[in-house]
Amino acid sequence: MAQERAMAAQFGTLQREHLDDLIGTVRNLGFRIIAPTLHDDAICLEEIASSSDLPCGVHDKQTPGAYRLKKSRDKALFGYNVSPHSWKNFLHIPAEEIAVAEKGKNGLAMNAPVPVAPPTAFLGVRSCELAAMATQDTILMHGPYADANYIARRKATLVIAVNCGQAAENCFCVSMKTGPKVEAGYDLALTEVLSGDKHYFLVETGSDAGRRIAGKLPLKTATKEELAEAGAVWAKAASQVTKTVNTDGLPELLAAATENPHWDEVAARCLTCGACTMACPTCFCMTTEDSASLDGNRANRVRRLDSCFSIDFSYIHGGSIRQSVKSRYRQWLTHKLSSWVEQFGTFGCCGCGRCITWCPVGIDITAEAAAIRAKASR
Amino acid sequence: MTSSPNPALTDPRILQELAVAASIPQGEAAAPSMSPLPFRVHTSRQETHDTFTLELSPASGAEKYPFKAGQFNMLYIYGVGEVPISISGDPVFPAMLIHTTRAVGAVTKAMKKLKKGDVVGVRGPFGTAWPVERALGNDVVLVAGGIGLAPLRPALYSILANREEYGSVAVLYGTRTKEDILFRRELEQWRSRLDLEVHATVDRATGSWRGNVGVVTTLIPKAPFDPHNTIAMVCGPEIMMRFTVIELMKRGLEESDIYVSMERNMKCGVGLCGHCQLGPTFICKNGPVYTYKEIKDLFRKREI
Amino acid sequence: MDKFEQIIGEHPLFTGMDEKYLHLIVGCCSNVVFKPGEFVAHEGDKADNFYLVRHGKVTVETFAPGRGAVTIDTVVEGEVMGWSWMVAPYEAHFDARALELTRAVKLDAACLRKKMEDDPAFGFEVMKRFVGLILRRLHYTRLQLLDWYGNDK
Repeated sequence: MAQERAMAAQFGTLQREHLDDLIGTVRNLGFRIIAPTLHDDAICLEEIASSSDLPCGVHDKQTPGAYRLKKSRDKALFGYNVSPHSWKNFLHIPAEEIAVAEKGKNGLAMNAPVPVAPPTAFLGVRSCELAAMATQDTILMHGPYADANYIARRKATLVIAVNCGQAAENCFCVSMKTGPKVEAGYDLALTEVLSGDKHYFLVETGSDAGRRIAGKLPLKTATKEELAEAGAVWAKAASQVTKTVNTDGLPELLAAATENPHWDEVAARCLTCGACTMACPTCFCMTTEDSASLDGNRANRVRRLDSCFSIDFSYIHGGSIRQSVKSRYRQWLTHKLSSWVEQFGTFGCCGCGRCITWCPVGIDITAEAAAIRAKASR
Repeated sequence: MTSSPNPALTDPRILQELAVAASIPQGEAAAPSMSPLPFRVHTSRQETHDTFTLELSPASGAEKYPFKAGQFNMLYIYGVGEVPISISGDPVFPAMLIHTTRAVGAVTKAMKKLKKGDVVGVRGPFGTAWPVERALGNDVVLVAGGIGLAPLRPALYSILANREEYGSVAVLYGTRTKEDILFRRELEQWRSRLDLEVHATVDRATGSWRGNVGVVTTLIPKAPFDPHNTIAMVCGPEIMMRFTVIELMKRGLEESDIYVSMERNMKCGVGLCGHCQLGPTFICKNGPVYTYKEIKDLFRKREI
Repeated sequence: MDKFEQIIGEHPLFTGMDEKYLHLIVGCCSNVVFKPGEFVAHEGDKADNFYLVRHGKVTVETFAPGRGAVTIDTVVEGEVMGWSWMVAPYEAHFDARALELTRAVKLDAACLRKKMEDDPAFGFEVMKRFVGLILRRLHYTRLQLLDWYGNDK
């Protein structure tokens, strides 16, 4: 299957001035397009109408607990890394009504509302984000029970990935084996090349839908030189990645590390604010809230994203199981880098670094994992 | 900015050609699982000062509700919320859906006030079952603490329905005081059977209690079973289960022959919300019934 | 005498004890029967005896004003009742009452204490076994204190 796809993949080049052909084609096929935009001094994923809505010449600096944008004079449209929010906002959306009960003459009727899933194209998905989407697919679509709303939205998603040309300081996709080059799960993949006067995109197709769209674009076959230039783009990104996680035997190590002295060290810093879980593209935990209308004729259940950092996440009568900060941080990190592997076959962490950027006290998951390994008893 | 494209205009063919299409499950989507089915309250009975039993029947008129001993349902009270409650009825004659629970939170307190004819939403049954089949040919010992007798009762019903296929069967039951004893009349009926040993104990007694006083683990050293051919099923507060397992192992039971029923916060019951995780295991789908061997490392860890 | 040899020899408390030591213990044994409701000991009594319950049930209780008799423990067949005989001032801490017809082997504590003083090796063997028994009872008592069915917060 993968071989067929590889053989069928085309490498074409699309000039910058024709990028709106791509955008227009996708819109004409009925998709709204969500892409990075510049908003409130941050890269935000929002609906766009043309390439002029993309952040031109914008670069980001992401360090533990800090996020800054810089505008420069180059014309790069994808010269930054991951946005504060992830594509999860459009797939495993923060809140939605999942069941409705209405009092009628025949008593109580309980139903699930029909999922709302407008065809949506994601433009600018990074390799780490593709990995995150794949793991959420495993959890929400492929288990013995599935999330019907997630499936409906996912079925209507067109993915246009982008290969990173630079790495932020908090990126660690390389050691997590999730990037920087996209491998699978996309309909089209773009690599932005700026070289001298040249500004073009190497376009690679990854599905029949992608081929259909590519067929409508003024693509030229990529020359060897262009392929090399594109290769240099993601190679540059890979070379800029500085953070790493040593994944050798990590799940077993963490499973045995419940009393590792390092947890207390992190606990002294962690505020259990949950920002990491909100920014994280793989965190899937959710809660349900039931309420009724004032006249009592309609009751509903709303599913809302939840965080294992909240103290009542683990509440049962008698008290919460995880009360200390230590136990809650330990739960999150152990789930991401250990339990997830046993549960779903991959790490829960895609190496995007959002949790490091958006932690108010700059806790770095790569550093904490390394410290736990260092302090693990032999 | 021009307005969003009209989703009605999307070519359906393109949706089938998306990269994600290859990974969407084929055929019937996985069972819809988040809408409760309406059931009606047939009876509501007070068992003890804080525990009550509901008997429910499907509002659709379906004749029975099949389940396995040890499984639970998510019970929904209109406009209030949903909680996981073990089924405490008879899996062999499941005409009524029976749930016994303590009234300790908003939902269970609202449940306690329900009257005949009121509607309850039911999702389930979920979870793993007591090893009633695996125990065939063996001695069986059921150790229950407090409300823990309710999730074990279906296992006992199953065993009694097939009594001659088992060796000796013993029920060891401990509660705080005699006022907390559940299913008192049924316990007395069971005790009067010649083929069943029932021993009860209370942590503290008033003058009128003529039975044993002491924690339920005190009943284990002399309970009638052959440790080399016994399956034990234990249910109650986690501390109680922890010490019960120690006593059972002192008698010579293997870790893989002792079963426990674990409990954590649950919101969905179907493995999607993440709340019920106990280490890497999900209590709603990998549990609630586990062998002690499966979870022994987790059992002893604090705040896990 | 033969019968006591067998009973003491087979009792879990004395398993593995040397023949000659068993014989010493047997020398302090006698049979006793309590009728339902009969007191086995009163709080404050001299602890001159302890009992190996053979059949029946004995409650260990104390009387609390306003609450009546509160049972804190029950001793049944195969168990040992009484250990205050081991440590001065040799006084019973609680009341003990037979709940139903109870047959027991009564051991004369004064007799046994003398033999233990006279033969320290024998005394040590007996002590070892009683410490094990007391540890087990202490453990169960602590579990009772945990109140693991306890009221939720």
